Amino acid sequence: MSDDRVTPVLETRGCTVSYDLTHEALHPVDLSFEQGGTTALIGPSGCGKSTFLRCLNLMNREIPRCRVGGDILYHGENVNSTDVDTFELRKSIGMVFQQPTPFRKSIRENVLFAPKRHGVTDKAVLDELLETSLRRAAIWDEVKDKLSRSALALSGGQQQRLCIARTLAMRPDVVLLDEPCSALDPISTFSVEETIRDMAADGICVVIVTHNMEQAARVSDRTAFFYMGQMVECGPTERLFASPADSRLEDYLTGRFG
Amino acid sequence: MPKHRLERCGLTVTGACVALVTVLVVTLIVMVASHGLATFANDGIAVGDFLLGTTWNPHQADANGNPTVGALPMICGSFAVTILSTVIALPIAIGSAIFVVEVAPGFGRRVFQPLIELLVGIPSVVYGLIGLSVVVAWTRSWSGSTGYGILSASIVLAVMVLPTVTSLSIDALASVPHEYREGSYALGCTRWQTIWNVVLRSATPSLMTATILGMTRAFGESLAVQMVIGNSAQIPGSLLTPASTLTSVLTMGMGNEAMGTVYNDVLWSLALLLMAMSLVFILIIHLIGGRGAVRHG
Ligand SMILES: Nc1ncnc2c1ncn2[C@@H]1O[C@H](COP(=O)(O)OP(=O)(O)OP(=O)(O)O)[C@@H](O)[C@H]1O
Ligand SMILES: [Mg+2]
Repeated sequence: MSDDRVTPVLETRGCTVSYDLTHEALHPVDLSFEQGGTTALIGPSGCGKSTFLRCLNLMNREIPRCRVGGDILYHGENVNSTDVDTFELRKSIGMVFQQPTPFRKSIRENVLFAPKRHGVTDKAVLDELLETSLRRAAIWDEVKDKLSRSALALSGGQQQRLCIARTLAMRPDVVLLDEPCSALDPISTFSVEETIRDMAADGICVVIVTHNMEQAARVSDRTAFFYMGQMVECGPTERLFASPADSRLEDYLTGRFG
Repeated sequence: MPKHRLERCGLTVTGACVALVTVLVVTLIVMVASHGLATFANDGIAVGDFLLGTTWNPHQADANGNPTVGALPMICGSFAVTILSTVIALPIAIGSAIFVVEVAPGFGRRVFQPLIELLVGIPSVVYGLIGLSVVVAWTRSWSGSTGYGILSASIVLAVMVLPTVTSLSIDALASVPHEYREGSYALGCTRWQTIWNVVLRSATPSLMTATILGMTRAFGESLAVQMVIGNSAQIPGSLLTPASTLTSVLTMGMGNEAMGTVYNDVLWSLALLLMAMSLVFILIIHLIGGRGAVRHG
Protein backbone atom coordinates (compact mmCIF):
# COMPACT_ATOMS: atom_id res chain seq x y z
CA MET A 1 0.00 0.00 0.00
CA SER A 2 2.46 2.65 1.12
CA ASP A 3 5.83 3.03 -0.49
CA ASP A 4 8.59 1.89 1.85
CA ARG A 5 11.33 3.98 0.31
CA VAL A 6 9.99 7.36 1.52
CA THR A 7 9.45 8.36 5.11
CA PRO A 8 5.92 9.63 5.66
CA VAL A 9 5.54 13.32 6.34
CA LEU A 10 2.46 12.68 8.39
CA GLU A 11 1.22 9.52 9.95
CA THR A 12 -1.62 8.67 12.30
CA ARG A 13 -1.62 5.64 14.57
CA GLY A 14 -4.88 4.78 16.25
CA CYS A 15 -6.10 8.34 15.88
CA THR A 16 -9.52 8.84 17.49
CA VAL A 17 -11.71 11.86 18.11
CA SER A 18 -14.50 12.32 20.64
CA TYR A 19 -16.75 15.34 20.66
CA ASP A 20 -18.36 16.45 23.89
CA LEU A 21 -15.86 14.17 25.64
CA THR A 22 -18.03 11.09 25.08
CA HIS A 23 -19.28 10.67 21.52
CA GLU A 24 -16.53 8.96 19.54
CA ALA A 25 -16.91 10.43 16.07
CA LEU A 26 -13.75 8.87 14.72
CA HIS A 27 -12.66 5.33 15.47
CA PRO A 28 -8.95 4.46 15.37
CA VAL A 29 -7.45 5.43 12.02
CA ASP A 30 -4.01 4.44 10.76
CA LEU A 31 -2.91 6.29 7.67
CA SER A 32 0.32 7.77 6.41
CA PHE A 33 0.92 10.57 3.98
CA GLU A 34 4.01 10.98 1.87
CA GLN A 35 5.81 13.85 0.33
CA GLY A 36 4.47 14.76 -3.08
CA GLY A 37 1.50 12.43 -2.74
CA THR A 38 -2.13 13.47 -2.98
CA THR A 39 -4.65 11.57 -0.89
CA ALA A 40 -8.38 11.97 -1.32
CA LEU A 41 -10.70 11.31 1.61
CA ILE A 42 -14.16 10.25 0.47
CA GLY A 43 -17.28 8.94 2.14
CA PRO A 44 -20.89 9.83 2.89
CA SER A 45 -21.80 12.98 4.78
CA GLY A 46 -21.07 12.84 8.51
CA CYS A 47 -18.67 9.91 8.25
CA GLY A 48 -15.79 11.81 9.86
CA LYS A 49 -13.70 13.02 6.91
CA SER A 50 -13.45 16.59 8.19
CA THR A 51 -12.95 15.33 11.70
CA PHE A 52 -9.97 13.26 10.59
CA LEU A 53 -8.55 16.04 8.41
CA ARG A 54 -8.75 18.46 11.32
CA CYS A 55 -6.66 16.09 13.42
CA LEU A 56 -3.76 16.39 11.03
CA ASN A 57 -3.07 20.04 11.93
CA LEU A 58 -4.53 19.66 15.43
CA MET A 59 -7.34 22.05 14.54
CA ASN A 60 -9.65 19.97 16.70
CA ARG A 61 -7.74 21.31 19.68
CA GLU A 62 -9.54 24.61 19.18
CA ILE A 63 -12.93 23.00 19.73
CA PRO A 64 -13.95 22.96 23.37
CA ARG A 65 -14.67 19.51 24.81
CA CYS A 66 -13.13 17.74 21.83
CA ARG A 67 -10.54 15.08 22.55
CA VAL A 68 -8.04 13.64 20.10
CA GLY A 69 -6.50 10.27 21.00
CA GLY A 70 -3.74 8.17 19.49
CA ASP A 71 -0.50 9.26 17.88
CA ILE A 72 -0.10 11.82 15.13
CA LEU A 73 3.43 11.73 13.79
CA TYR A 74 4.84 14.66 11.89
CA HIS A 75 8.23 13.74 10.40
CA GLY A 76 8.29 10.89 12.86
CA GLU A 77 7.60 12.99 15.95
CA ASN A 78 4.35 12.60 17.86
CA VAL A 79 2.64 15.99 17.90
CA ASN A 80 -0.52 14.92 19.66
CA SER A 81 0.76 15.87 23.07
CA THR A 82 0.14 18.97 25.12
CA ASP A 83 3.73 20.16 25.06
CA VAL A 84 3.80 20.57 21.29
CA ASP A 85 3.25 24.13 20.11
CA THR A 86 0.29 23.71 17.79
CA PHE A 87 0.67 27.24 16.45
CA GLU A 88 4.22 26.47 15.40
CA LEU A 89 3.08 23.19 13.82
CA ARG A 90 0.39 24.88 11.75
CA LYS A 91 2.97 27.10 10.09
CA SER A 92 4.05 24.10 8.06
CA ILE A 93 0.68 22.38 7.72
CA GLY A 94 -1.68 24.62 5.77
CA MET A 95 -5.43 24.21 5.63
CA VAL A 96 -8.10 25.42 3.20
CA PHE A 97 -11.76 25.30 4.13
CA GLN A 98 -14.97 24.71 2.27
CA GLN A 99 -16.07 28.31 2.64
CA PRO A 100 -13.42 30.85 1.65
CA THR A 101 -12.40 32.94 4.65
CA PRO A 102 -10.69 36.08 3.36
CA PHE A 103 -9.91 38.55 6.12
CA ARG A 104 -11.21 42.10 6.10
CA LYS A 105 -7.94 43.34 4.64
CA SER A 106 -6.42 44.04 1.27
CA ILE A 107 -5.54 41.20 -1.07
CA ARG A 108 -1.87 41.84 -0.40
CA GLU A 109 -2.32 41.77 3.38
CA ASN A 110 -4.33 38.57 3.13
CA VAL A 111 -1.59 36.72 1.29
CA LEU A 112 1.17 38.10 3.49
CA PHE A 113 -0.82 37.59 6.67
CA ALA A 114 1.04 34.52 7.88
CA PRO A 115 4.60 35.50 6.80
CA LYS A 116 4.23 38.88 8.47
CA ARG A 117 2.91 37.38 11.69
CA HIS A 118 5.78 34.94 11.63
CA GLY A 119 8.47 37.53 11.40
CA VAL A 120 9.24 38.08 7.72
CA THR A 121 9.89 41.80 7.33
CA ASP A 122 12.11 42.16 4.28
CA LYS A 123 10.03 43.93 1.67
CA ALA A 124 11.71 42.25 -1.29
CA VAL A 125 11.11 38.82 0.21
CA LEU A 126 7.48 39.67 0.92
CA ASP A 127 6.90 41.00 -2.59
CA GLU A 128 8.42 37.90 -4.10
CA LEU A 129 6.32 35.71 -1.83
CA LEU A 130 3.19 37.64 -2.78
CA GLU A 131 3.69 37.13 -6.48
CA THR A 132 4.77 33.48 -6.42
CA SER A 133 1.95 32.51 -4.06
CA LEU A 134 -0.68 34.24 -6.17
CA ARG A 135 0.79 32.75 -9.33
CA ARG A 136 0.78 29.25 -7.89
CA ALA A 137 -2.87 29.68 -6.93
CA ALA A 138 -3.60 30.83 -10.51
CA ILE A 139 -5.05 34.16 -9.47
CA TRP A 140 -2.14 36.54 -10.09
CA ASP A 141 -3.38 37.77 -13.47
CA GLU A 142 -6.80 38.59 -12.08
CA VAL A 143 -5.63 40.57 -9.07
CA LYS A 144 -2.20 41.94 -9.91
CA ASP A 145 -3.63 45.42 -10.57
CA LYS A 146 -5.71 45.62 -7.43
CA LEU A 147 -3.51 44.19 -4.70
CA SER A 148 -4.45 46.91 -2.25
CA ARG A 149 -8.20 46.47 -2.74
CA SER A 150 -10.30 44.67 -0.17
CA ALA A 151 -10.28 40.90 -0.51
CA LEU A 152 -13.98 40.88 0.32
CA ALA A 153 -14.71 42.44 -3.07
CA LEU A 154 -13.50 39.31 -4.90
CA SER A 155 -15.85 36.63 -6.19
CA GLY A 156 -16.27 33.36 -4.29
CA GLY A 157 -13.97 31.45 -6.61
CA GLN A 158 -11.32 34.16 -6.47
CA GLN A 159 -11.60 34.28 -2.69
CA GLN A 160 -10.99 30.55 -2.46
CA ARG A 161 -7.92 30.78 -4.69
CA LEU A 162 -6.75 33.71 -2.57
CA CYS A 163 -7.07 31.49 0.50
CA ILE A 164 -4.96 28.86 -1.24
CA ALA A 165 -2.38 31.51 -2.08
CA ARG A 166 -2.45 32.64 1.54
CA THR A 167 -1.74 29.09 2.64
CA LEU A 168 1.06 28.63 0.10
CA ALA A 169 2.70 31.85 1.29
CA MET A 170 3.66 30.01 4.49
CA ARG A 171 5.68 27.55 2.34
CA PRO A 172 3.98 24.58 4.04
CA ASP A 173 5.03 20.99 3.40
CA VAL A 174 1.51 19.68 3.96
CA VAL A 175 -1.72 21.22 2.65
CA LEU A 176 -5.09 20.00 3.89
CA LEU A 177 -8.15 20.90 1.83
CA ASP A 178 -11.69 20.33 3.09
CA GLU A 179 -14.06 20.28 0.11
CA PRO A 180 -12.29 23.29 -1.39
CA CYS A 181 -14.35 23.31 -4.57
CA SER A 182 -17.85 22.59 -3.34
CA ALA A 183 -18.85 26.25 -3.56
CA LEU A 184 -17.06 26.95 -6.82
CA ASP A 185 -18.00 27.12 -10.49
CA PRO A 186 -16.45 24.60 -12.92
CA ILE A 187 -13.78 26.99 -14.19
CA SER A 188 -12.55 27.91 -10.72
CA THR A 189 -12.71 24.25 -9.79
CA PHE A 190 -10.53 23.39 -12.75
CA SER A 191 -7.88 25.92 -11.80
CA VAL A 192 -7.91 24.83 -8.15
CA GLU A 193 -7.36 21.24 -9.26
CA GLU A 194 -4.51 22.41 -11.45
CA THR A 195 -2.98 24.13 -8.42
CA ILE A 196 -3.37 20.98 -6.35
CA ARG A 197 -1.48 18.94 -8.95
CA ASP A 198 1.25 21.60 -9.02
CA MET A 199 1.55 21.52 -5.25
CA ALA A 200 2.04 17.76 -5.30
CA ALA A 201 4.59 18.12 -8.09
CA ASP A 202 6.46 20.61 -5.90
CA GLY A 203 6.73 17.96 -3.21
CA ILE A 204 3.92 19.14 -0.95
CA CYS A 205 1.90 16.44 0.73
CA VAL A 206 -1.74 17.08 -0.15
CA VAL A 207 -4.81 15.69 1.60
CA ILE A 208 -8.16 16.61 0.11
CA VAL A 209 -11.68 15.84 1.27
CA THR A 210 -14.12 15.68 -1.61
CA HIS A 211 -17.61 14.52 -2.44
CA ASN A 212 -16.80 14.51 -6.10
CA MET A 213 -15.53 11.13 -7.32
CA GLU A 214 -14.31 12.57 -10.62
CA GLN A 215 -12.34 15.14 -8.71
CA ALA A 216 -10.80 12.46 -6.53
CA ALA A 217 -9.85 10.57 -9.69
CA ARG A 218 -8.42 13.70 -11.32
CA VAL A 219 -6.21 14.95 -8.52
CA SER A 220 -5.35 12.10 -6.19
CA ASP A 221 -3.03 9.13 -6.47
CA ARG A 222 -4.50 7.48 -3.41
CA THR A 223 -7.96 7.43 -1.88
CA ALA A 224 -9.22 6.57 1.58
CA PHE A 225 -12.86 5.70 2.10
CA PHE A 226 -14.49 6.62 5.41
CA TYR A 227 -17.73 5.19 6.63
CA MET A 228 -19.46 5.95 9.94
CA GLY A 229 -16.35 7.16 11.70
CA GLN A 230 -14.16 4.39 10.35
CA MET A 231 -11.47 4.31 7.71
CA VAL A 232 -12.73 1.37 5.71
CA GLU A 233 -10.45 1.08 2.73
CA CYS A 234 -7.41 2.83 1.38
CA GLY A 235 -5.48 2.28 -1.83
CA PRO A 236 -4.39 3.70 -5.16
CA THR A 237 -7.28 5.74 -6.52
CA GLU A 238 -7.60 3.87 -9.83
CA ARG A 239 -7.56 0.47 -8.23
CA LEU A 240 -10.01 1.54 -5.53
CA PHE A 241 -12.53 2.92 -7.99
CA ALA A 242 -12.12 0.05 -10.45
CA SER A 243 -12.34 -2.84 -8.01
CA PRO A 244 -13.34 -1.87 -4.48
CA ALA A 245 -12.66 -4.61 -1.96
CA ASP A 246 -15.23 -3.53 0.61
CA SER A 247 -18.91 -3.90 -0.22
CA ARG A 248 -19.74 -0.59 1.50
CA LEU A 249 -17.35 1.25 -0.78
CA GLU A 250 -18.86 -0.51 -3.77
CA ASP A 251 -22.34 0.58 -2.66
CA TYR A 252 -21.09 4.11 -2.16
CA LEU A 253 -19.47 4.25 -5.59
CA THR A 254 -22.53 2.91 -7.33
CA GLY A 255 -24.63 5.51 -5.55
CA ARG A 256 -26.65 3.16 -3.41
CA PHE A 257 -26.25 5.54 -0.45
CA GLY A 258 -24.48 8.73 0.59
CA MET B 1 -66.10 40.87 9.92
CA PRO B 2 -65.48 40.10 6.24
CA LYS B 3 -61.91 39.56 5.24
CA HIS B 4 -61.39 42.61 3.08
CA ARG B 5 -62.73 44.92 5.77
CA LEU B 6 -60.43 43.36 8.32
CA GLU B 7 -57.62 43.96 5.89
CA ARG B 8 -58.50 47.60 5.48
CA CYS B 9 -58.95 48.01 9.23
CA GLY B 10 -55.42 46.70 9.83
CA LEU B 11 -54.03 49.02 7.21
CA THR B 12 -55.79 52.00 8.77
CA VAL B 13 -54.62 51.27 12.30
CA THR B 14 -50.97 50.66 11.41
CA GLY B 15 -50.99 53.57 8.99
CA ALA B 16 -52.38 55.84 11.70
CA CYS B 17 -49.58 54.79 14.05
CA VAL B 18 -46.97 55.66 11.46
CA ALA B 19 -48.66 59.00 10.78
CA LEU B 20 -48.79 59.80 14.49
CA VAL B 21 -45.10 59.09 15.01
CA THR B 22 -44.17 61.09 11.93
CA VAL B 23 -46.24 64.05 13.07
CA LEU B 24 -44.69 63.83 16.54
CA VAL B 25 -41.13 63.85 15.22
CA VAL B 26 -41.79 66.67 12.78
CA THR B 27 -43.57 68.77 15.43
CA LEU B 28 -40.71 68.23 17.81
CA ILE B 29 -38.10 69.33 15.32
CA VAL B 30 -40.15 72.31 14.14
CA MET B 31 -40.83 73.42 17.70
CA VAL B 32 -37.25 73.24 18.88
CA ALA B 33 -36.04 74.84 15.68
CA SER B 34 -38.54 77.72 15.74
CA HIS B 35 -37.85 78.55 19.37
CA GLY B 36 -34.14 78.02 18.98
CA LEU B 37 -33.90 80.18 15.88
CA ALA B 38 -35.97 82.95 17.47
CA THR B 39 -32.84 83.92 19.40
CA PHE B 40 -31.18 84.94 16.19
CA ALA B 41 -34.24 86.11 14.25
CA ASN B 42 -36.09 88.13 16.91
CA ASP B 43 -33.66 88.87 19.70
CA GLY B 44 -30.91 90.12 17.44
CA ILE B 45 -28.18 87.85 18.71
CA ALA B 46 -25.61 86.94 16.08
CA VAL B 47 -25.07 83.21 15.43
CA GLY B 48 -21.32 83.76 15.66
CA ASP B 49 -21.61 85.43 19.08
CA PHE B 50 -23.68 82.53 20.29
CA LEU B 51 -21.46 79.75 19.01
CA LEU B 52 -18.11 81.38 19.68
CA GLY B 53 -18.79 83.74 22.57
CA THR B 54 -16.93 82.76 25.70
CA THR B 55 -19.07 84.54 28.28
CA TRP B 56 -22.36 83.10 29.39
CA ASN B 57 -24.35 85.62 31.39
CA PRO B 58 -27.88 85.95 30.05
CA HIS B 59 -28.95 88.45 32.70
CA GLN B 60 -26.34 91.00 31.79
CA ALA B 61 -26.37 93.14 28.65
CA ASP B 62 -23.24 93.72 26.64
CA ALA B 63 -22.22 97.00 24.99
CA ASN B 64 -24.94 96.72 22.34
CA GLY B 65 -27.63 96.02 24.86
CA ASN B 66 -27.84 92.33 23.96
CA PRO B 67 -27.60 89.71 26.70
CA THR B 68 -24.21 87.96 26.73
CA VAL B 69 -24.93 84.42 25.70
CA GLY B 70 -21.71 82.87 24.44
CA ALA B 71 -22.25 79.12 24.43
CA LEU B 72 -18.67 78.11 23.70
CA PRO B 73 -17.90 77.12 27.33
CA MET B 74 -20.77 74.67 27.31
CA ILE B 75 -19.95 73.37 23.85
CA CYS B 76 -16.39 72.73 25.01
CA GLY B 77 -17.65 71.14 28.20
CA SER B 78 -19.99 68.81 26.33
CA PHE B 79 -17.33 67.66 23.91
CA ALA B 80 -14.73 67.32 26.66
CA VAL B 81 -16.86 65.03 28.82
CA THR B 82 -18.03 63.04 25.79
CA ILE B 83 -14.56 62.39 24.46
CA LEU B 84 -12.92 61.81 27.82
CA SER B 85 -15.61 59.42 29.00
CA THR B 86 -15.33 57.47 25.73
CA VAL B 87 -11.57 57.29 26.08
CA ILE B 88 -12.05 55.83 29.55
CA ALA B 89 -14.90 53.48 28.72
CA LEU B 90 -13.90 52.10 25.32
CA PRO B 91 -10.76 50.12 26.24
CA ILE B 92 -12.55 48.59 29.22
CA ALA B 93 -15.58 47.72 27.10
CA ILE B 94 -13.54 46.11 24.33
CA GLY B 95 -11.28 44.36 26.81
CA SER B 96 -14.15 42.76 28.64
CA ALA B 97 -15.87 41.91 25.36
CA ILE B 98 -12.73 40.07 24.24
CA PHE B 99 -12.63 38.16 27.51
CA VAL B 100 -16.30 37.26 27.35
CA VAL B 101 -16.39 36.22 23.69
CA GLU B 102 -12.95 34.71 23.16
CA VAL B 103 -11.78 33.47 26.52
CA ALA B 104 -14.71 32.49 28.70
CA PRO B 105 -17.96 32.31 26.71
CA GLY B 106 -19.74 30.26 29.37
CA PHE B 107 -19.01 32.74 32.13
CA GLY B 108 -19.94 35.56 29.79
CA ARG B 109 -23.33 34.20 28.91
CA ARG B 110 -24.29 33.09 32.40
CA VAL B 111 -22.83 35.79 34.65
CA PHE B 112 -21.40 38.77 32.87
CA GLN B 113 -24.11 39.62 30.37
CA PRO B 114 -26.99 39.56 32.89
CA LEU B 115 -24.87 41.78 35.13
CA ILE B 116 -24.32 44.24 32.30
CA GLU B 117 -28.01 44.31 31.46
CA LEU B 118 -28.73 45.13 35.08
CA LEU B 119 -26.41 48.13 34.85
CA VAL B 120 -28.11 49.42 31.70
CA GLY B 121 -31.37 49.76 33.58
CA ILE B 122 -30.10 51.87 36.49
CA PRO B 123 -31.55 55.42 36.32
CA SER B 124 -29.05 58.18 35.75
CA VAL B 125 -29.85 59.97 39.01
CA VAL B 126 -28.44 56.97 40.86
CA TYR B 127 -25.21 57.26 38.90
CA GLY B 128 -25.22 60.95 39.78
CA LEU B 129 -25.63 60.24 43.48
CA ILE B 130 -22.85 57.70 43.49
CA GLY B 131 -20.73 60.10 41.49
CA LEU B 132 -21.36 62.83 44.00
CA SER B 133 -20.51 60.79 47.05
CA VAL B 134 -17.69 58.66 45.63
CA VAL B 135 -16.12 60.17 42.54
CA VAL B 136 -16.25 63.82 43.58
CA ALA B 137 -15.00 62.98 47.05
CA TRP B 138 -12.20 60.88 45.62
CA THR B 139 -11.12 63.57 43.17
CA ARG B 140 -11.21 66.16 45.94
CA SER B 141 -9.09 63.98 48.20
CA TRP B 142 -6.07 63.87 45.92
CA SER B 143 -6.35 67.01 43.84
CA GLY B 144 -7.03 69.68 46.42
CA SER B 145 -9.78 71.11 44.19
CA THR B 146 -13.49 71.04 44.91
CA GLY B 147 -13.72 67.73 43.13
CA TYR B 148 -16.38 69.03 40.76
CA GLY B 149 -15.38 69.25 37.11
CA ILE B 150 -14.83 67.61 33.76
CA LEU B 151 -12.86 64.73 35.24
CA SER B 152 -15.54 63.69 37.72
CA ALA B 153 -18.25 64.07 35.11
CA SER B 154 -16.29 61.99 32.62
CA ILE B 155 -15.73 59.21 35.11
CA VAL B 156 -19.42 59.10 35.99
CA LEU B 157 -20.37 59.15 32.31
CA ALA B 158 -17.84 56.47 31.51
CA VAL B 159 -19.46 54.18 34.07
CA MET B 160 -22.87 55.06 32.67
CA VAL B 161 -22.07 54.30 29.04
CA LEU B 162 -19.87 51.32 29.85
CA PRO B 163 -22.71 48.76 29.97
CA THR B 164 -24.16 49.87 26.63
CA VAL B 165 -20.82 49.97 24.86
CA THR B 166 -19.74 46.66 26.41
CA SER B 167 -22.85 44.78 25.45
CA LEU B 168 -22.75 46.17 21.91
CA SER B 169 -19.06 45.23 21.67
CA ILE B 170 -19.85 41.71 22.83
CA ASP B 171 -22.46 41.43 20.08
CA ALA B 172 -19.97 42.82 17.58
CA LEU B 173 -17.26 40.29 18.43
CA ALA B 174 -19.69 37.39 18.72
CA SER B 175 -21.00 38.04 15.23
CA VAL B 176 -17.59 37.55 13.62
CA PRO B 177 -17.96 34.16 11.90
CA HIS B 178 -16.11 31.32 13.55
CA GLU B 179 -14.55 30.41 10.19
CA TYR B 180 -12.47 33.58 10.26
CA ARG B 181 -10.85 32.52 13.50
CA GLU B 182 -10.16 29.04 12.12
CA GLY B 183 -8.74 30.58 8.97
CA SER B 184 -6.26 32.43 11.11
CA TYR B 185 -5.42 29.45 13.31
CA ALA B 186 -4.81 27.43 10.14
CA LEU B 187 -2.10 29.94 9.26
CA GLY B 188 -0.29 29.22 12.49
CA CYS B 189 -1.46 32.34 14.29
CA THR B 190 -1.90 32.34 18.04
CA ARG B 191 -5.11 33.27 19.78
CA TRP B 192 -3.97 36.82 20.49
CA GLN B 193 -2.74 37.33 16.95
CA THR B 194 -6.11 36.07 15.77
CA ILE B 195 -8.08 38.32 18.09
CA TRP B 196 -6.02 41.37 17.24
CA ASN B 197 -5.67 40.91 13.49
CA VAL B 198 -8.83 39.12 12.52
CA VAL B 199 -11.59 39.38 15.09
CA LEU B 200 -11.18 43.04 16.05
CA ARG B 201 -10.45 43.95 12.47
CA SER B 202 -13.61 42.27 11.16
CA ALA B 203 -15.71 43.79 13.92
CA THR B 204 -14.40 47.33 13.46
CA PRO B 205 -17.55 48.83 11.88
CA SER B 206 -19.79 47.40 14.61
CA LEU B 207 -17.35 48.50 17.30
CA MET B 208 -17.41 52.00 15.87
CA THR B 209 -21.18 52.01 15.94
CA ALA B 210 -21.05 50.90 19.58
CA THR B 211 -18.65 53.72 20.37
CA ILE B 212 -20.73 56.37 18.72
CA LEU B 213 -23.90 55.16 20.39
CA GLY B 214 -22.06 55.46 23.70
CA MET B 215 -20.89 58.94 22.76
CA THR B 216 -24.44 59.96 21.86
CA ARG B 217 -25.59 58.85 25.27
CA ALA B 218 -22.75 60.67 27.03
CA PHE B 219 -23.38 63.81 25.01
CA GLY B 220 -27.06 63.88 25.86
CA GLU B 221 -26.90 62.89 29.52
CA SER B 222 -27.86 65.77 31.78
CA LEU B 223 -28.86 64.86 35.30
CA ALA B 224 -25.86 62.87 36.42
CA VAL B 225 -23.50 65.33 34.76
CA GLN B 226 -25.16 68.31 36.33
CA MET B 227 -24.71 66.74 39.76
CA VAL B 228 -20.93 66.39 39.51
CA ILE B 229 -19.61 68.93 37.02
CA GLY B 230 -19.85 72.02 39.22
CA ASN B 231 -21.97 74.09 36.83
CA SER B 232 -19.77 77.02 36.14
CA ALA B 233 -20.24 78.43 32.67
CA GLN B 234 -16.59 79.03 31.89
CA ILE B 235 -14.23 77.59 29.36
CA PRO B 236 -12.78 74.75 31.42
CA GLY B 237 -9.20 75.65 32.31
CA SER B 238 -8.38 72.19 33.59
CA LEU B 239 -10.09 68.88 34.14
CA LEU B 240 -10.48 69.76 37.80
CA THR B 241 -12.16 73.15 37.61
CA PRO B 242 -15.95 73.36 37.67
CA ALA B 243 -17.46 73.55 34.21
CA SER B 244 -20.79 72.96 32.54
CA THR B 245 -22.27 71.27 29.49
CA LEU B 246 -25.09 72.15 27.13
CA THR B 247 -27.37 69.73 28.94
CA SER B 248 -26.51 70.80 32.46
CA VAL B 249 -27.16 74.48 31.66
CA LEU B 250 -30.45 73.51 30.10
CA THR B 251 -31.71 71.53 33.08
CA MET B 252 -30.52 74.20 35.48
CA GLY B 253 -32.10 77.10 33.59
CA MET B 254 -35.28 75.79 32.02
CA GLY B 255 -37.60 75.97 35.00
CA ASN B 256 -36.63 79.46 36.01
CA GLU B 257 -37.52 81.52 32.99
CA ALA B 258 -40.83 82.53 31.46
CA MET B 259 -41.55 81.59 27.84
CA GLY B 260 -40.63 84.30 25.37
CA THR B 261 -37.83 85.97 27.28
CA VAL B 262 -34.48 86.16 25.59
CA TYR B 263 -32.94 83.82 28.16
CA ASN B 264 -35.61 81.27 27.42
CA ASP B 265 -35.05 81.55 23.67
CA VAL B 266 -31.33 81.05 24.16
CA LEU B 267 -31.98 77.86 26.12
CA TRP B 268 -34.00 76.62 23.16
CA SER B 269 -31.03 77.40 20.96
CA LEU B 270 -28.90 75.19 23.17
CA ALA B 271 -31.49 72.45 22.76
CA LEU B 272 -31.36 72.92 19.00
CA LEU B 273 -27.60 72.59 19.10
CA LEU B 274 -27.90 69.37 21.09
CA MET B 275 -30.40 67.99 18.65
CA ALA B 276 -28.23 68.85 15.69
CA MET B 277 -25.28 67.07 17.30
CA SER B 278 -27.25 63.90 18.00
CA LEU B 279 -28.36 64.01 14.38
CA VAL B 280 -24.72 64.13 13.32
CA PHE B 281 -23.90 61.16 15.56
CA ILE B 282 -26.77 59.16 14.12
CA LEU B 283 -25.77 60.06 10.57
CA ILE B 284 -22.28 58.77 11.27
CA ILE B 285 -23.71 55.50 12.54
CA HIS B 286 -25.76 55.14 9.36
CA LEU B 287 -22.76 55.90 7.21
CA ILE B 288 -20.68 53.23 8.93
CA GLY B 289 -23.56 50.75 8.80
CA GLY B 290 -24.11 51.43 5.10
CA ARG B 291 -20.46 51.02 4.26
CA GLY B 292 -20.27 47.75 6.21
CA ALA B 293 -23.29 46.43 4.33
CA VAL B 294 -21.77 47.32 0.96
CA ARG B 295 -18.48 45.64 1.86
CA HIS B 296 -20.18 42.47 2.92
CA GLY B 297 -22.04 42.47 -0.34
N1 LIG C 1 -17.93 20.42 16.60
C1 LIG C 1 -18.59 19.25 16.71
N2 LIG C 1 -19.21 18.94 17.87
C2 LIG C 1 -19.88 17.77 18.00
N3 LIG C 1 -19.98 16.86 17.03
C3 LIG C 1 -19.39 17.11 15.85
C4 LIG C 1 -18.66 18.31 15.62
N4 LIG C 1 -18.18 18.30 14.37
C5 LIG C 1 -18.59 17.13 13.82
N5 LIG C 1 -19.31 16.41 14.70
C6 LIG C 1 -19.90 15.08 14.46
O1 LIG C 1 -18.89 14.22 14.02
C7 LIG C 1 -19.35 13.38 12.97
C8 LIG C 1 -18.45 13.51 11.77
O2 LIG C 1 -18.51 14.82 11.27
P1 LIG C 1 -17.60 15.36 10.11
O3 LIG C 1 -17.82 16.82 10.03
O4 LIG C 1 -16.23 14.89 10.31
O5 LIG C 1 -18.25 14.64 8.84
P2 LIG C 1 -17.84 14.79 7.31
O6 LIG C 1 -17.46 13.44 6.86
O7 LIG C 1 -16.86 15.86 7.13
O8 LIG C 1 -19.22 15.16 6.65
P3 LIG C 1 -19.51 16.17 5.46
O9 LIG C 1 -19.21 15.42 4.22
O10 LIG C 1 -20.95 16.46 5.58
O11 LIG C 1 -18.65 17.36 5.66
C9 LIG C 1 -20.78 13.80 12.69
O12 LIG C 1 -21.63 12.87 13.27
C10 LIG C 1 -20.93 15.12 13.36
O13 LIG C 1 -22.21 15.26 13.88
MG1 LIG D 1 -16.90 17.85 6.27
